[in-house]
Amino acid sequence: MIEPKNKNKLTFATIEVNAGLKKAITLSRADIIGELKESGMKGRGGAGFPTSVKWNLAAAAKGDKKYVVCNADEGEPGTFKDRLILTDYADLVFEGMTIGGLAVGSEEGIVYLRAEYTYLVAHLEDVLAKRRAAGLLGKNILGKEGFNFDIHLHMGAGAYVCGEETALIESLEGHRGEPRNRPPFPVDTGFNGKPTIVNNVETFAWAAAIYAKGGAWFNGLGTEKSTGLKLFSISGDCEFPGVYEFPMGISVADLLKEVGGSDAKAVQIGGASGHCVPAAEFSRAIAYEDIATGGSIIVFGQDRDLLDIAENFLEFFCEESCGQCTPCRDGNPKLLEGVQLLKKGECSMQYLNDLLSLAETMQLASKCGLGQSSPNAFVSIATHFKAEILGRTGKAMQGGK
Amino acid sequence: MTDKKFSEDTSRAPVSQRGSKVEMGDPGAIGGLVTAIIDGVEVKVPLGTTILDAARQAGIKIPTLCHHDDLCIAGVCRICVVEVEGQRTLQASCAYPITAPIKVKTHTPKVRRARRNILDLMLANHYGECYSCTRNANCELRELAEEHGVDTYRFGHPEEPMFAMDHSSHSVYRDPNKCVNCRRCVRTCIDLQEVGVLEMFDRGHEIHVATFMEKPLADVVCINCGQCINRCPTGALTAHDVTDEIWAAIDDPTKHVIMQTAPSPRAGIGECFGLEAGHALTFEMNTALRRCGFDKVFDTNFTADLTIIEEGTELLIRLYKALVEKDQTVALPQFTSCSPGWVKFIEHFYPEYLDHVSSAKSPQQMFGALIKTYYAQINNIDPKDIVSVALMPCSAKKFECNRPEMADSGFKDVDYGLTTRELGKMIKEGGIHLPDMPKSDFDDPFGSATGSGVIFGASGGVMEAALRTVIELVMGIKVESLFEHADILPVRGMEGVKVAELTIDKVGPVPDLLKDIVPNWDWLKGATVKVGVCHGTANAKKVMEDIKAGGEMSKCHFIEFMACPGGCLGGGGQPIPTTPEIRKKRAKAIYNEDAVYDVRKSHENPAIVDIYEKFLTDGPCGHKSHKLLHTGYTARGKYIS
Repeated sequence: MIEPKNKNKLTFATIEVNAGLKKAITLSRADIIGELKESGMKGRGGAGFPTSVKWNLAAAAKGDKKYVVCNADEGEPGTFKDRLILTDYADLVFEGMTIGGLAVGSEEGIVYLRAEYTYLVAHLEDVLAKRRAAGLLGKNILGKEGFNFDIHLHMGAGAYVCGEETALIESLEGHRGEPRNRPPFPVDTGFNGKPTIVNNVETFAWAAAIYAKGGAWFNGLGTEKSTGLKLFSISGDCEFPGVYEFPMGISVADLLKEVGGSDAKAVQIGGASGHCVPAAEFSRAIAYEDIATGGSIIVFGQDRDLLDIAENFLEFFCEESCGQCTPCRDGNPKLLEGVQLLKKGECSMQYLNDLLSLAETMQLASKCGLGQSSPNAFVSIATHFKAEILGRTGKAMQGGK
Repeated sequence: MTDKKFSEDTSRAPVSQRGSKVEMGDPGAIGGLVTAIIDGVEVKVPLGTTILDAARQAGIKIPTLCHHDDLCIAGVCRICVVEVEGQRTLQASCAYPITAPIKVKTHTPKVRRARRNILDLMLANHYGECYSCTRNANCELRELAEEHGVDTYRFGHPEEPMFAMDHSSHSVYRDPNKCVNCRRCVRTCIDLQEVGVLEMFDRGHEIHVATFMEKPLADVVCINCGQCINRCPTGALTAHDVTDEIWAAIDDPTKHVIMQTAPSPRAGIGECFGLEAGHALTFEMNTALRRCGFDKVFDTNFTADLTIIEEGTELLIRLYKALVEKDQTVALPQFTSCSPGWVKFIEHFYPEYLDHVSSAKSPQQMFGALIKTYYAQINNIDPKDIVSVALMPCSAKKFECNRPEMADSGFKDVDYGLTTRELGKMIKEGGIHLPDMPKSDFDDPFGSATGSGVIFGASGGVMEAALRTVIELVMGIKVESLFEHADILPVRGMEGVKVAELTIDKVGPVPDLLKDIVPNWDWLKGATVKVGVCHGTANAKKVMEDIKAGGEMSKCHFIEFMACPGGCLGGGGQPIPTTPEIRKKRAKAIYNEDAVYDVRKSHENPAIVDIYEKFLTDGPCGHKSHKLLHTGYTARGKYIS
C-alpha cells in the first residue's frame, strides 16, 4: 500500500487500539463531549468546524434515530491521507465512530466510501467483522448495557461533490448527489431527516486517539486555535512526496524543507479548491487561523506554468460541479475560458476584472463549498502572479475579449 | 382555503426544503416569534420563516427566479442572495430560515454585483430573441435583466441555438435553448404533480432538464397538464400554439368557425390584459370573439350540464347494479373523466382502474360531437365545413381533441383546443382591448347554461353540480332546503382531498328523463352517498393508493379528479403566473358567476331538456348518447419502450 517516503512516524501507530473506546464507555455523554472539547479538535476535512460542537448539537437534537457518518469520499485532488488511514488504521476510525455513536446517541454508523476505493471494501469488511466478533460493534458493546452500535459501508459513485456533507447525505438517500440548503444543518436534519454527524476519516481516527491519550495531550500540540496533529498528503515537485504528520501551525517553508521542496515557485494548499501560495508567503502557517486545509499540499516547481495549473483545476470543477446553482455551474466554464484567453494573450484587463468580479460572486453566492472555493486557485494566481499571466504575447493590453 | 404551499404535502424533496417555513429541530420552538431587521425595517415573524417571506412582510422586494409560491424550496438560481450580518457568504433568502434574531441587507454593492453577475451568466447560456418569443412581455428573466441594469452581454450570448426543440407533443413544446436550469418544471413535475417526466440529467455545465432517455415528450408518460408551462420563468416550455391555424380557418370563407368557451378562461383572460386576477370577462369575450371573426360562440357549460346528466345517470346505473342486482363486477367508486390530464394519468399509472372512469366524454368532446351532428343538422351545414374550436384553460385538451377515437361525429369532433393565453394573443392581434368590449350573450341553440356548468372550473365543482342534481332528482326536494343558496360548501375549497357524505333519508318520484333507467328510488332510501374530490395529480395518486389499500376513499361512490391544482382554473393553459393567491381569486370569480345565474342546476337547463326531446331521444346513456357522448380509454402503462 502507501509507504511514506519519510521517516516521519505517524502517531496513529503508537495508539493502543480500543483504549479510547474503553475509556469512553466509563464516561457520561456530557463528559465524552467534554473530553473532545478539551482537545480543541476541529474537523480534519478542512472546513475546521469544532468537532465537539458538532457532536454536542447532534446529541442535543431531538430524533428517534440518529446517524454517525464517516466521510471517506476522499476526492480532493492531491489528497490521499484517508486512504492510508483506512488501510493501516481502520480500527481507529471505526473506534472513533463508535465513540461518536455513544456521544450523540446513535446506533447506526455509515462509512461513505469513495468509489475509487472499492478495493478497500474487503479489508474494511474484515476489520468490521473482527470488531463485531470481539464485541466492539453490535449489541451491548463491551458489555455496556444498551450501548448498541454497528457500522456499514456505502459506496459512492464517483462524484467529487459528494464529499460535501449534505450532497453526501442526498447520495446516501439515493438521490442525485447535490448539496442541500443550509441551514438546517445535518446535526439537526441530516440523513433521512434525522440528526446526523458527518466527520472526516481522520477526525474519527484522532477522536479515538484523543480518548486514548486525553484531550489535554492533543490540546498541547499545534497552535492555540488549531490544536493537535494533522496528516498531510504531499505531492508535486518535491523529492519525498507522501503522507506526513505535522503539528498544526507548521509554516509552509518548514514543511517544504521536510519534503525536499524548498525550491518551489508556489504551493497549492487545500487541493484544487484551496489557495495557491507564492514563495513570498512561505512563512505563513498552515492552520485554521491562517491557511486552512484538509491536508492536500501540491508543490509547484519553478518550471510550472501556473495557467496550466489553473486550467487543469477549472476543467476539473466544470466537470465536477453538481450543476445546481448558477454561479458554480456557469461561472467555472467562464473562468476556464478566461484562463484559455490568458494563455493566448487575448484577455483584456477589463475582462480579467470582470472575471475577478465573477469569481467573487462565485465565492459569495454559490450554494456550497465547491462553488465557493472553486475560484480560489484562479484568484490567487491572478493576484500573486499577475505579471506572469498577463505577459503572454504582449497583446493583452490591447483589447481582445 | 389554506395558505400552505401546494407541494408541502406531496413533495419528495428533503423535509428541510418543502415549505416556506422550514422545520427546525426543536418543534417546541416553532410557534414562537423572532425579530428580523431587514434593510433597517423591523418585522416579527414565526420561527423558521424564510428571509424572503419576512422581507415580503416588511414590504421589501427581493428578486427571485427559481422560487415559486407553489413549489418546494430550491435555492439554486441564487438571484435572491442577501447579506446576513455575521455570515461570510451571501445567503439565498428563499431558503434561509430565520431561527434567531437576524439583521439582513438586501441590496448592498456585493449583493448587486452578485445578482448582475448571475444574470450575465444566465444570459450567456440563454439563446432566444425576445421579439419572437411567446413570453416576450411576460418573461421573468427579461424582467430581471431590465431591473438589474443589464446593458451588455459581459460573458457572451449564444448566437446559434445549441439544442433541438421538442415539438413532438400535441400539448407541450420544449425549447431547451431558453432554459435557465431553475428547475421549476422539474419540481412541478416531480413534487407538485408527482408525474416525474422531467428530471435533471448530467451535471456541471452539461446539466439539463431531460425526459427519460431523452425521449420526445410525446413518447413518455407526460400527461400534458402543462403545469410546467405555467411555472417556467422563460419561454423554454410553451403550449403548442394553434392560433395561425385558427386565423386561417377564420379567413377561409367556406369554413363555418365555431367557438365553445369553457368556464375557467373567462375568469383568467383579464390577466392577459393587465387586470387583476378574479375579473370575469365572459360577455366581453363573446363580443371580442365575434369581432375576431368566429361565426358562433357557444358556452361549454351546456355540455358540462349534459355531462352531469350522462355521468350522473351512469353512476345511478352502477349503483343500481351493485345494490339491487348485487352485481359484484360493477366498478365503484366511479371516477370523473372531464380532466384530460387526469385521464392520461390514470391510463399511465393506474390502468387497472380504467373501468372506474366514467365513459362519459369531457364537456369539450361532447360539444364537439354535437356540433358536427345535431348543430350541423338543424342549421343545414355540411359538417365537413365546420371548424370547431374549444377555448380551454388547459394544454391537455389539445391532446384530447387529437385522440383518434374522438371522431364519433364522423369527423374530428373538435378541431383545435385553444388556451386562454392563445386567445389573449388572438384578441390583441385583432386590435381589441378586451376589458373595453361591450357585452354580448352566447349563441343559440346552446345559449343558456347553468351555474352548475360554470363551477366545473373550480375543484369540487363537478361534484357540487352532480350533488345538486342528484338531490333534486332522487330526493325530490330543493337543494336549498339542505344547503343555503344551493352552495354545497363541503366540496369547495383548496384542500387537496375532500370527502363529503349525503344521507338519502327520503326519495321522490323518478323523473321522466330517467324512467327507462330505474323503476323507483326506494333502493336508495336510507343510503349514505359518499363522495370524494381531489385536485392535482399528486393528490390523485394519494387517493388511488388509498383505494388500492382499501382505505377510506375506496368506500366512496363517486370521486372527482382534476389534474391541475385548484381544478381547471389553475390549468396549464391559463395566464402566467398562476399562484395559490391567483387561483383563489379566479375561484372567487367563478363562484360569483354561479351565484348570479337564474338557473343553477344542470337538469333544469332548458337546452338540456330540449336536446333529450329532439335529438338524444333514447335518453341519458341511451344508444345515441353512447355513440356520441361516451368513449373508452387506453391502458398505456408507465413502461416506456
